[in-house]
Amino acid sequence: MKIGVFVCHCGLNIGGVVDIPGVMEEISRHDNPGFVTDYRYMCSDPGQMRIKDAIRDMSLDSVVVAACSPAMHETTFRRTVEAAGLNPFRCEIANIREQCSWPHRDEPEKATEKALEIIRASVEKVRKNQALSPLSVPVTGEALVIGAGIAGMQAALDIADAGCEVTLVERLPYIGGHMAQLSETFPTLDCSQCILTPKSSEVGSHPKIDLFTNSEIHAVSGYVGNFDVTIRRKATYVNWDVCNGCGLCMEKCPQKIESGFELGLATTKAISIAFPQAVPNRPVINPEACRHFTQGKCGVCEKVCPVGAINFEQEDTFIDRKVGAVVVATGYDLHPKTEVGEYGYGVFSDVIDGLEFERLNSASGPTQGEIRRPSDGKTPKEVVFIQCVGSRDQENGYPYCSKICCMYTAKHARLYKHKVPDGQPYVFYMDIRAGGKGYEEFVQRATEEEGVLYLRGRVSRVFEEDGKITVFGVDTLSNKKVEIRADMVVLATAIVPSRGQTELCRLLKISTDEWGFLSEAHPKLRPVESLTRGIYIAGCAQAPKDIPDSVTQAGSAAAKVLALFSSDTLSHSPEIAVVDEELCTGCGLCVEACAYDARTLDIRRRLAVVNEVLCEGCGACQVACPSGATCQRNMELSQVMSMIDAVI
Amino acid sequence: MVYSYFPGCTLRAKAKGFDSSALASCKVLGVYLEELEEWQCCGATFPLQIDNSFPLVSPARTLAAAKKAGRKLTTLCSACYNVLKRTNHVLREDLDKRNKVCTFIEEDYFGDLEILHLLEILRDEIGFASLAEKIVKPFSGFPVAAYYGCLLLRPPEEVGFDDPEAPRILEDLLFALGCSPVDHPYKTECCGSYVVLQPGEPTASPSRLIVESAKSRGARAIVTSCPLCQFNLDYVQSGDVERGENAVPVVYFTQLLAMALGFGEEVLQFDGHLVPPGPVFRSAGVGGCEGAT
Amino acid sequence: MKLSREIIATEDKRKLQDISGEEVLSCYQCGKCSAGCAMTSAMDLLPHQVIRLLQLGQVEDALRSQTIWVCASCLACSTRCPRGMSLPNVMESLRSTFLRPGDRCLNPADIPYELLEILPEQALVAAFRKYT
Repeated sequence: MKIGVFVCHCGLNIGGVVDIPGVMEEISRHDNPGFVTDYRYMCSDPGQMRIKDAIRDMSLDSVVVAACSPAMHETTFRRTVEAAGLNPFRCEIANIREQCSWPHRDEPEKATEKALEIIRASVEKVRKNQALSPLSVPVTGEALVIGAGIAGMQAALDIADAGCEVTLVERLPYIGGHMAQLSETFPTLDCSQCILTPKSSEVGSHPKIDLFTNSEIHAVSGYVGNFDVTIRRKATYVNWDVCNGCGLCMEKCPQKIESGFELGLATTKAISIAFPQAVPNRPVINPEACRHFTQGKCGVCEKVCPVGAINFEQEDTFIDRKVGAVVVATGYDLHPKTEVGEYGYGVFSDVIDGLEFERLNSASGPTQGEIRRPSDGKTPKEVVFIQCVGSRDQENGYPYCSKICCMYTAKHARLYKHKVPDGQPYVFYMDIRAGGKGYEEFVQRATEEEGVLYLRGRVSRVFEEDGKITVFGVDTLSNKKVEIRADMVVLATAIVPSRGQTELCRLLKISTDEWGFLSEAHPKLRPVESLTRGIYIAGCAQAPKDIPDSVTQAGSAAAKVLALFSSDTLSHSPEIAVVDEELCTGCGLCVEACAYDARTLDIRRRLAVVNEVLCEGCGACQVACPSGATCQRNMELSQVMSMIDAVI
Repeated sequence: MVYSYFPGCTLRAKAKGFDSSALASCKVLGVYLEELEEWQCCGATFPLQIDNSFPLVSPARTLAAAKKAGRKLTTLCSACYNVLKRTNHVLREDLDKRNKVCTFIEEDYFGDLEILHLLEILRDEIGFASLAEKIVKPFSGFPVAAYYGCLLLRPPEEVGFDDPEAPRILEDLLFALGCSPVDHPYKTECCGSYVVLQPGEPTASPSRLIVESAKSRGARAIVTSCPLCQFNLDYVQSGDVERGENAVPVVYFTQLLAMALGFGEEVLQFDGHLVPPGPVFRSAGVGGCEGAT
Repeated sequence: MKLSREIIATEDKRKLQDISGEEVLSCYQCGKCSAGCAMTSAMDLLPHQVIRLLQLGQVEDALRSQTIWVCASCLACSTRCPRGMSLPNVMESLRSTFLRPGDRCLNPADIPYELLEILPEQALVAAFRKYT
């Protein structure tokens, strides 16, 4: 068998550490390959051409590419050998970058030794590789989008506009997410409602979008192209098919409650529509507040409803859907100010967070857009904005930057100044991060033209004294301690993943980072894919981001979904588990070992079975199998033994 | 309930009233404080040099002795509590330091002693509610501000038995005694501590701010658990007393407790205070301090 | 101020780190320590400035500062520090650098008698720990 070994320098990434000529010489001398060569960038076109030429000219049977991780370029090189007429599974990657030259940068000699061993093992493996053909899986050309904030709405619209059916699921009774709560948006100061409402109504009426609000994902199973999803539609106690949204029920309901949409700055009723432009424009009864449920009496809404839409007996319903792809766009929450001790644990009513300020500033908000402080309704004349509350604070919050606060704080300070021209806004900041089109100019206008006073430093404490909020800060540019007796303080609290995201990820079997944000398949090259095929991510669920970035990522996720749907079938790797039925005793250990639900027991035949589409070829079952009945294709026991022999 | 008791230097000298009022009150509450046979000064400050284990020796000796006594250890002074608790933490977590110190003092001690501040015993072992039942001379809404200072609260991960930004244990005690706790923003700010002895130009003490903040919110007394805080807040007002201006007495929480339990001057020992507490309480007719000066 | 590799990484700076156990480079100069320090009115440099000087290798300047003697080790700064740095340890290391060769800056004879009469013992023990 003639094996070609192609060693990539990866510029200096590998070549600067590993002695490549030495490695090549050793391999040529002792490992009996057919051909050995190297190149500066094997993944480049000329590099791939070298492989193709060698396969043809030297009549190679197999190929080992010693380069970066197979996660990076296995597909690239397998396509290359296929183009030259070899079965792609006769190509193996020896990872001498991530597993060798990078971690052992400081010990080049040992790195060279290790690289040699990695390549040798791969050569022995590929010697026994079988020619395999990919499996084919049917694809359901319908998508599920979870979360109907701006990212989810955009993804749903882009997929639906391409002609594919979309099921859009939103936990709240309305769509629009946090963007529906915003007043104006940076850097153009266009009204959030004005740009959001047309999209919301388009989503609400799109023939290809099946919208489920007040609903959650109950169960998910299946795999790329074939997910089975159960949606739990929570009871609204209002028959939305009958309701005409007249609002009489809300008017007459005797039970006032704090409005969640207004973040407690205004009251609403136990039966309510979150805000006048809500889509869908239908009310929901809050059973925790409604007197019918809490006291067993009332029923005013039922009496006044002209169409008989109230139904106290309504129960949660469960809807099953089969979809080919999922977009997760579950958004964010703010780090609760009740957890920030030095700024008063949220007990001072005039210390508010950024979203609360948005509501105070919103024309449809509790003050009709006039800036009035919550405690006494007076116009605040001195307002302190504090950035990085919980962000960039590894000790008492989160180490990451929440990204949008610099911009929205500049926006808040400017909007405040527009409405209270004789008022003074102060902004405590650490660094102004305004990297975006028109962003720096936006901040400059705040300082230069609108009199927003920026103070470079953090605030140590905030407390209430004589109806004012005393702020202890510092200005590290003048090196003076700063004390401001403010009328109102606005905290730019950290962006955190939305409540319940962890549980949803467990259902979807996708991973998150340590803070709960969704992990992307590759931070640079696959930023909208999760590590699970067929599940895509968009918006703040992945990391803090602003509206333009969320919309961009949503569009990108939609493009990925549509690419998946562009064919009726998709291929699945054949490098997966197989069972030797002669040897299998049906003990079931492999079923327990499988993390992908790909193994089942055929009780009747007392045999373990592999679901070929679900199997990811991880090998856990092979390790668990006591009888040697299970093995991975192209990773058979004899191959593993040869690889070990090659190394020791 | 019997606890080993570490009084510390100051409680046997300038802060006698803290000691005597605690011992007397505890007896009434069924808590017996058994003084350690052997104890030495804790050093008053926890050493912040990580390369020097020597200042740990003295508190480590006390801890090892207390461990042998076989009971939980309690102390009253915030500084003693802070130093003993932090030393205990180091001896538990830092193997290297433990070996060094324990070899030097020729003791096997593993930092496994339970150390409680008397406030914790009152809150967790007796309970403020059952304490309130034993009160014979309640304060009838007398306004008192709690002052925590630093040593009871920081560092929170080592000493903290309360929230470092919004503590409430003293307020809860005040409430149990019938006082109206007066909240004020400076209750966790530093009083200046030993900087009163700083060489060179005298430093303007932050104690003035603390006192004024409590006063302006209506407090007629301030309660603390640290003799140095007590001194600093008292000292800053000594001029006020001389000028006949309105000053607020600064007392130990055990003194208030003893007053509420009906004890008089022989237990309270207000004589060392620069702002005499007696007249203030007497004129308000609270806490049974008829005999107090 | 001149900067060079030698100036930034001095032996003095390494010693301070051995004493304090703190890496001053972890500080990103947000100033939260200074914002909440109760003693700043008597300080010539704010606490974050002392750290900045050390980052730049200007140990002498830091040692000359009144600030290191005014710090009362109340730990308000370290409790709130977003980088988890113990400034009081750094201040102590600076004081130690001054005191360890045998210098002292508090002479018992200089304490006024009237003050000695009323000072709690705790204050004396603490002050001698910090100033001698």
